[in-house]
Amino acid sequence: MMRIQVSKRAGMSRLADTLIRIAAIVISLLLAGAVMAVMGYNPLEIFSKIVTSTTSSFTRFSETINKTILLTTLSLGIAVAFRMKFWNIGAEGQLYMGAFGAALAAFGFPDLPAPLLLTLMALFAFVFGGIWALIPALIKAKFSTSETLVTLMMNYIAFSFISYLQYGPWKDPASLGAAKIARFSDNAILPKVFGIHAGWIITLVLVVIITILMKHTKLGYQIDVLGESETTARYAGMNTIKIMFIAVLISGGLCGMAGFMQASAVEKSITDSMSGGLGFTAVITAWLAKLKPPVIVIVSFAFSMLLQSGKSLQVMGIPSSITEILQGVIIFFVLASEFFINYKISFHKTAKEAE
Amino acid sequence: MSEPYIMLKDICKSFGSVKANNNISIDVNKGEILALLGENGSGKSTLVNMLSGIYTPDSGSIYIDGKPVSFRSPKDAISAGIGMVHQHFKLIDVFTAAENIVMGQQKNVITRTKKMEEKITELNEKYGLSIVPGKKVYDMSVSEKQSVEIMKILYCGADVLILDEPTAVLTPQEIDALFDILRKMKSKGCSIIIITHKMAEVLSISDRVTVLRKGESIATVKTSETTPQQLTEMMVGSAVSLEIERPKAELSEKPLLSVKNLLLKNSDNVPVINNMSFDVYGGEILGVAGIAGSGQKELCEIIAGLQKATGGDITFDGSSILGLSPHAILKKGISMSFIPEDRLGMGLVAGMSITDNVILKSYNRNPGPFLDRKFAKSLAQQIVHDFDISTPSVNHEVKKLSGGNIQKVLLGREIWLNPRVLITAYPVRGLDIGASYNIYHILNEQKKKGVAVLFIGEDLDVLKSISDRLMVIHNGEIVDTVDPETVTKEDIGLMMLGHSREEGDAV
Repeated sequence: MMRIQVSKRAGMSRLADTLIRIAAIVISLLLAGAVMAVMGYNPLEIFSKIVTSTTSSFTRFSETINKTILLTTLSLGIAVAFRMKFWNIGAEGQLYMGAFGAALAAFGFPDLPAPLLLTLMALFAFVFGGIWALIPALIKAKFSTSETLVTLMMNYIAFSFISYLQYGPWKDPASLGAAKIARFSDNAILPKVFGIHAGWIITLVLVVIITILMKHTKLGYQIDVLGESETTARYAGMNTIKIMFIAVLISGGLCGMAGFMQASAVEKSITDSMSGGLGFTAVITAWLAKLKPPVIVIVSFAFSMLLQSGKSLQVMGIPSSITEILQGVIIFFVLASEFFINYKISFHKTAKEAE
Repeated sequence: MSEPYIMLKDICKSFGSVKANNNISIDVNKGEILALLGENGSGKSTLVNMLSGIYTPDSGSIYIDGKPVSFRSPKDAISAGIGMVHQHFKLIDVFTAAENIVMGQQKNVITRTKKMEEKITELNEKYGLSIVPGKKVYDMSVSEKQSVEIMKILYCGADVLILDEPTAVLTPQEIDALFDILRKMKSKGCSIIIITHKMAEVLSISDRVTVLRKGESIATVKTSETTPQQLTEMMVGSAVSLEIERPKAELSEKPLLSVKNLLLKNSDNVPVINNMSFDVYGGEILGVAGIAGSGQKELCEIIAGLQKATGGDITFDGSSILGLSPHAILKKGISMSFIPEDRLGMGLVAGMSITDNVILKSYNRNPGPFLDRKFAKSLAQQIVHDFDISTPSVNHEVKKLSGGNIQKVLLGREIWLNPRVLITAYPVRGLDIGASYNIYHILNEQKKKGVAVLFIGEDLDVLKSISDRLMVIHNGEIVDTVDPETVTKEDIGLMMLGHSREEGDAV
């Protein structure tokens, strides 16, 4: 008879850790492929379509990058809060409020020179997104509420607020009845660099800044200590409330920046559907990347491909939900691989006499 | 003599890559007390956990009365007559003694209270216990709770009793009472296995001793034929000196730390610390003895700024620090170090590397927003070197170090800061003998440098040998401050229960 024993691993080399994660992704692709085959599609064809439909032409590629920009910035924001174990799942709301802040600047000073106006919009977006995240932090500090719930609920407030603007006071009279907010002035639109809007540069700069922040600054250190143990942080003389507020402000601010880039470069206005739910997807990408900024870029790109290819597959008569299955399977396997990284499974013959 | 009653043969058990038990064999006769002696991590608890059905061995066999058995759960062990009293009691606070005792073994829906109480009284008499069936657990002292745990086992008819570190939380008087009960049980034919690392107890209670070291059984000897020195050497694996030094050091003129009329009330308005006043001078170790939970933790945390006091004052070198946060204390440039009881939960960041942990209090010393990684690394290397910390690298996570090395990281960091006052709470808890002596040595070095050391301890022998003065507290009050060279352990024990020395004779 066999007995299965699960025991905690003492430690694992970085190489083995990485290999297990890669294996998880490979297995998930194989399994998803099997599902596709059962459904009567050729998995290889679908996989190659996912890649080609998102990278084969410049337009397609730039569309994918647009999503990657959004997803990366949102994930970065989420990662800052998650490192502190502040479960900010309010990226959606912070994105909308950031976009609103950018719109305020855009509509308020439409004739400012572009560099000045764009800077102002970015600043407004950062502050609005940051404050939107700061509210749950304040409530948490004051009443020890769960930030998970409050940040989540704040999403719906932000979303409804944008809807209200779109259908109410900000409705563009020039749009002849359609509920739309007016287009930004040309000065408020991010220019293109090498054919893709300048957001990619901003995003890469943010990735570098956040990497440095987390690894090489006192604040990053404080955030990590606070995330590991609040008692230790207090014991060490850290001002825990202040650290929490600053980190949450940065977290929400980054999500607000994502809103600014999406509004300025892609929508050229704001709408109540501009996030495409990426604020929630970003929670997954941030987590899959283990909250590490450079990895976030890679994971975000991969997820953008999946998201983007859905439409193209549909055109070919393949349900776009295939990509959702693929996403689900990948997440499942990568999360499950954590178990194999932390635990060892061994098989024993039972009742074996010694000697 | 025939076969031993309980026999564990060639037991092996691994956790991950760690061999907790490697071919260990022990046996216990009826009417015998076997002591399991060994340092932390030597595999004592693992071994008895297999006998009580909590773990199953990877290989090896267990025999009761000559018949092989295999336990799948503690329930199996209990029905085979084996019961275990754990270090942490498993009682329900709001239930009475009787309710806790019958819990889980009622066969009938209706509780026959009277019959139950009769049986408890009968067992009380038989074994010299004094359990009041109707008393609620939250009204009980630690030793009463322990008695309930023992009764729980006796009540279901078990005749093999395993006790895991039963004396760690008891006063000397309570230990004597417990040993009386155990001797009575032994005379009625029970088999008892007691886990301990206190030498004096092993010698006074057991018939035989099995010494474990690093998962292997080193030897089993008759207690009457061995000496503490011999046992210690078997336990540690090399000769060690059991003497703790008490070097003389020059006292500072004025006290460095002064606590005056300190008061702390909990949320029910009950004083946890009641009117405590004491001074600690530079160049001395003030020992603090008391039953666990007598206000030690609160006292330390108030001094360190982690808790707010209700009243009184604390001065550091003449200036008041009461009510200041750790942040404010640090800002004032007050050099005070607190080595908390909860090393991994408070003193250190368990999931971070040694490097990240050693800079916990000094990361802010350079101006500007950036961390000085170079300094961090060299500090970590220096502390690892100076305190002889064994680790694969300074980037190793502290939670993966051994207990002794964890404590050294914590002590090393604090001592590097050159504190003038050092507060330590149970600094050797969970450490093996070698590591403990290392820590005593470090504390003495600090004292010689003129540091005022407040030493919260639990082992009275250690407190008596290392302290220059010994303060005994009970229920948040100072009972007396005594000269550790002249006081007896029994007197300290009485004071820990709240009797002052004068009335001590009357008890």
